[in-house]
Amino acid sequence: MIEVGTALPEHVFKVNRALLKAYADASGDQNPIHQNEEFALSVGLPNVIAHGMLTMALVGKYVTDWAGGSSKVIHYGARFIKPVIVPANTDVDLTVSATISAVDQGLITLDLTATSAGVKVLGMAKAVVKK
Amino acid sequence: MLNPDSVGRTFEGADSITVTQAEIDAFCAVIGESDTSVAPPTFSIRISLEQSQSILSDPTVGLDWTRVVHGDQKFEIFSPIKGGDSFSCSSTIESYRVAAGNEIVTVRSDLKSGSAIALSSWSTLVVRA
Repeated sequence: MIEVGTALPEHVFKVNRALLKAYADASGDQNPIHQNEEFALSVGLPNVIAHGMLTMALVGKYVTDWAGGSSKVIHYGARFIKPVIVPANTDVDLTVSATISAVDQGLITLDLTATSAGVKVLGMAKAVVKK
Repeated sequence: MLNPDSVGRTFEGADSITVTQAEIDAFCAVIGESDTSVAPPTFSIRISLEQSQSILSDPTVGLDWTRVVHGDQKFEIFSPIKGGDSFSCSSTIESYRVAAGNEIVTVRSDLKSGSAIALSSWSTLVVRA
């Protein structure tokens, strides 16, 4: 049922160093904090971290899978509150879920939740999709 | 520090950027999207962040891009991007404040097809003290 309060099924994405490299190449964001552990540590990070925009792209995939394609999304926004930490040789979970928070004039608003290692990584994450 | 005169200014970026199907395919492949007929909702960051970086790093604006952290991001998509689409780009510095020594800048980037805006995005960037 598409009604306010409906919770959508959770999905878990796997994030690893190879995905970070692939995202860097596809997005053009080659910041070394997303690829080079020594560099990440030198600037005070706990380890290599995922691009915030990779997290947002994966959560976007969750939205478009539910909505029926990329062309359904008219608004998408999020705040980056904590990094997704990606140690070497490890698949890190990115767990995504959503609740329908509004249904109005053919548009559905999803409140999105994304966590990694038990920590909420996106804040105020919302997407508006066409029915 | 950012030059306060640049707040509210709109900077014209590239006159014409053409999105290739190969770029969309590569972005889709990373996130496991098999339908490449339109770009995923966050694809345009590939264009807008580079545009914002070149504008904000200009000596007359004066942001130190090496210390930038992405604070938040928002997209309004009026017309989904397809392979072969061409856009002109502009970026506007919408707001600026300093909190606890950190500079917080919000930049809006518009992708236009002719006179129509296909997509607007807002990036809040934090320059760490």
